[in-house]
Amino acid sequence: MIGRGYLPIILVTLLIAATPLVISSNSFFNFTVLVLIIALAAQGWNLLGGIGGQTSFGHSMFFGIGAYTASMLQTHLGVNAWLSLVAAIAAGALAGLIVGFLSFRAGLRGSYFALVTLAFAELLRVLANASELTGGAAGLLLKLDPGFANMQFSSRPTFMLLALAFVFASLVITQKIVNSRFGAHLVAVRENEDAAKALGVDVLTVKLKAISLSGAMTAAAGVLYVQYFLYIDAGIAFGIWISIEALLAPMVGGRGMVLGPLIGAFTLHGLGEITKSFAGRVPGIDLIVFAIVLIVVIAFASSGILGLLKKLADRFSSKEGA
Amino acid sequence: MLKVENATMRFGGLIAVNNASLDVREGSITGLIGPNGAGKTTLFAIIAGFLKPTEGAISLYGKDITTEQPHRRAISGIARTFQIVQPFAGLNVHENITVGAYLRHAKPSDAVEKAREVARQVGLEKDLEKSAASLTVAGRKRLELARALATEPKILLLDEVLAGLNPSEIRDIIPVIRTIRNSGVTILMIEHVMQAVMNLCEHVYVLAQGKMIAEGTPTVVCNDQAVIEAYLGKGSAERIARQSAENTGGPNA
Amino acid sequence: MFSPTIIIEAMINGLLTGAIYALVALGLTLVYGVLHIINFAHGATLAAAMFAVWGLNAAFGIDTYWTIPIVTPAFFVLGYVVQRFVIGPAAHGDDGNILLITLGISILIENALLAGFGSDTRSIPSDFSFAIVEAGPFLLSSARLVGAAGSLVVAILFWLLMSRTDTGKAIRAVAREKLGANLVGINVGHIYAITFGLGCAALAVAASLLMPTFYVNPRIGGAFVNIAFTVVVLGGMGSIPGAMAGGLIIGMVESLSGLLLGESLGQIGIFIIFILVLLLRPTGLFGAKA
Repeated sequence: MIGRGYLPIILVTLLIAATPLVISSNSFFNFTVLVLIIALAAQGWNLLGGIGGQTSFGHSMFFGIGAYTASMLQTHLGVNAWLSLVAAIAAGALAGLIVGFLSFRAGLRGSYFALVTLAFAELLRVLANASELTGGAAGLLLKLDPGFANMQFSSRPTFMLLALAFVFASLVITQKIVNSRFGAHLVAVRENEDAAKALGVDVLTVKLKAISLSGAMTAAAGVLYVQYFLYIDAGIAFGIWISIEALLAPMVGGRGMVLGPLIGAFTLHGLGEITKSFAGRVPGIDLIVFAIVLIVVIAFASSGILGLLKKLADRFSSKEGA
Repeated sequence: MLKVENATMRFGGLIAVNNASLDVREGSITGLIGPNGAGKTTLFAIIAGFLKPTEGAISLYGKDITTEQPHRRAISGIARTFQIVQPFAGLNVHENITVGAYLRHAKPSDAVEKAREVARQVGLEKDLEKSAASLTVAGRKRLELARALATEPKILLLDEVLAGLNPSEIRDIIPVIRTIRNSGVTILMIEHVMQAVMNLCEHVYVLAQGKMIAEGTPTVVCNDQAVIEAYLGKGSAERIARQSAENTGGPNA
Repeated sequence: MFSPTIIIEAMINGLLTGAIYALVALGLTLVYGVLHIINFAHGATLAAAMFAVWGLNAAFGIDTYWTIPIVTPAFFVLGYVVQRFVIGPAAHGDDGNILLITLGISILIENALLAGFGSDTRSIPSDFSFAIVEAGPFLLSSARLVGAAGSLVVAILFWLLMSRTDTGKAIRAVAREKLGANLVGINVGHIYAITFGLGCAALAVAASLLMPTFYVNPRIGGAFVNIAFTVVVLGGMGSIPGAMAGGLIIGMVESLSGLLLGESLGQIGIFIIFILVLLLRPTGLFGAKA
């Protein structure tokens, strides 16, 4: 017996997991790994921003904290990669708790919250760029040493399956939350804080829980990134690019919906690749497409691709019923 | 069971509630009336914990709750509705009520079932799948009531649930309120519809310009000089008395 | 460790830069004050204006200051059109959507500039860029003095516009109470677009004043947007005098922390101020208490 909402998650995961059986192109796996990493970071955003309604413009702070924690523990202290992963996820959760505590207690919402998250991310970027621990402007290189123990895989399909396992876990966790009391509270906070309070919802605690879970998920994405590319610097880790990716994917796929980030990430990057194949080497052309898609989605389909599909399905089924 | 003692609420130089006290008896329907701007909704906000009074104390069953957060008060058994309805507009009716039901039922299936039961109680069972945003005014008022009720409160604060309804809708909802009380929930209601106050309330408090100016049974309060003057202006009580004396003692007598 | 002359000179230079920051922030705070939205594309729009100034100079040899009468009306129209026909209709009246749309516009502008001009950094070299005025013991850049004076003139013009003209009155009415303004016959959509256009026009002037001493590349907006947000938040969102004061303060903080902490860490001062003001006093130093 599969609970409510899990069937599509399992189907999508199986579909992606089956690709190595029919596809052997390395560029496909490079593409898919990057999309999965972005989908994981975006699932973190979706939990806080999509389900909880707290729009963050600075999710790179969690991505960067994850990536740097994992690489610093491995390069400076020789800690095992999997232990570093656990520590990095914990660090992401803690960072979420701290930023959440400071900003939600100060009552920051909407645009103010978006700006303060952006400022935290930028602050970390400047610090990481200047500090010796993080390798300064040169960044940190992870020693190439493939093997399961080091969470490094020379086979791209294997790494893709690892990233997929993370994404699958994030999807299941999100679905569990959506089906739970905490999920209902989170949505209530998004819809109307005062009404939620009156119904006994501890708004601050709910937001703090959401932002720490969100930070943990996005931090895990940062770890995957560094385990795959074996390199990190301040511009990648705390750059605005990943904050934007983490926000765009759920917006386009369907904010607040469990599969939204994954669908959105694949759609956006699929479009990006197609555009690149037409426009050639024009820099920034994929981001131009992303930006236009974002504006069009907000203008015409605020609940994203999944929202559109749901609307179509509803219309179809109501016609059948009539 | 619910006591407000000498509550005062100042906003800068403005005193919205001035040294007001009230005492709600368990199992009663108590009314809180008063002209517009008297501070009724502010007093409700103080009771539900949305505003911290400048001075004074609130207690429930003798336990001081003056400094408790709103969600803690909901757990203690105080539920409120909002004068301007605050539905979770993106959710359907059932999901709206379920948020309230989660307060006492952590298990999703229990909360969903409880929400269905409450919907039946307030007459929303046919609208469960409707979006909250698509409800009529009367429907939204019922939803507001249902959500609060789903928290299984000991005392329910109703802030003008009848305002904006037509006479037949009011007639429909009055028995619902009475049934709620009969199921053991104490009710404190702000109301402008006097017919409903006279009909439902056993005890009425009158707030005017932040001060509690009268209390008693509905009939006593309605004939109170201070109350009439608060509503109709100074000297009006005397004028009305004179007029009715003239009418009864007119030329035909 | 620093002589008082160096510190005072850094402060004066900070004030001069700060005046231009104030001008950049002016449009942002105006738009916030009237439309109650944060225009995330503000920095990218400035980058576009700087490219326009650079392009006019490179293509037609027009002197930077003489581009003002060209770029200012052009950016006013651009801002008007974008607000009236893109942001307004697309947002469906939801503030969160507006923030995301302006984010989209910002990404669009930045990458369109990147696609069109490449990532190279450009500047307009001229003798004037390096001209220096001696004021007692201090050496001050002539171009920066002109920039600060220009900012002041624009601020005064804005103040006159807002306080003396019918349009200004309508803008203030919409800012105060848009429903009421609508009821007395003010076209709110039109006023919103005018306000947005004015914000962009102020940016165009700022771009012309900046170019003699500054450089431009497609990503330059990011640096300015952080500063402009900090200025606006510090001065109180929506307050024009607040933005002027905030700009001067931030200019000085940046100049001094750059002097004391070095180039790369110098920006930290700004972010810390930004975060602290948001967390502790979101209405700004000069705004009313929350």
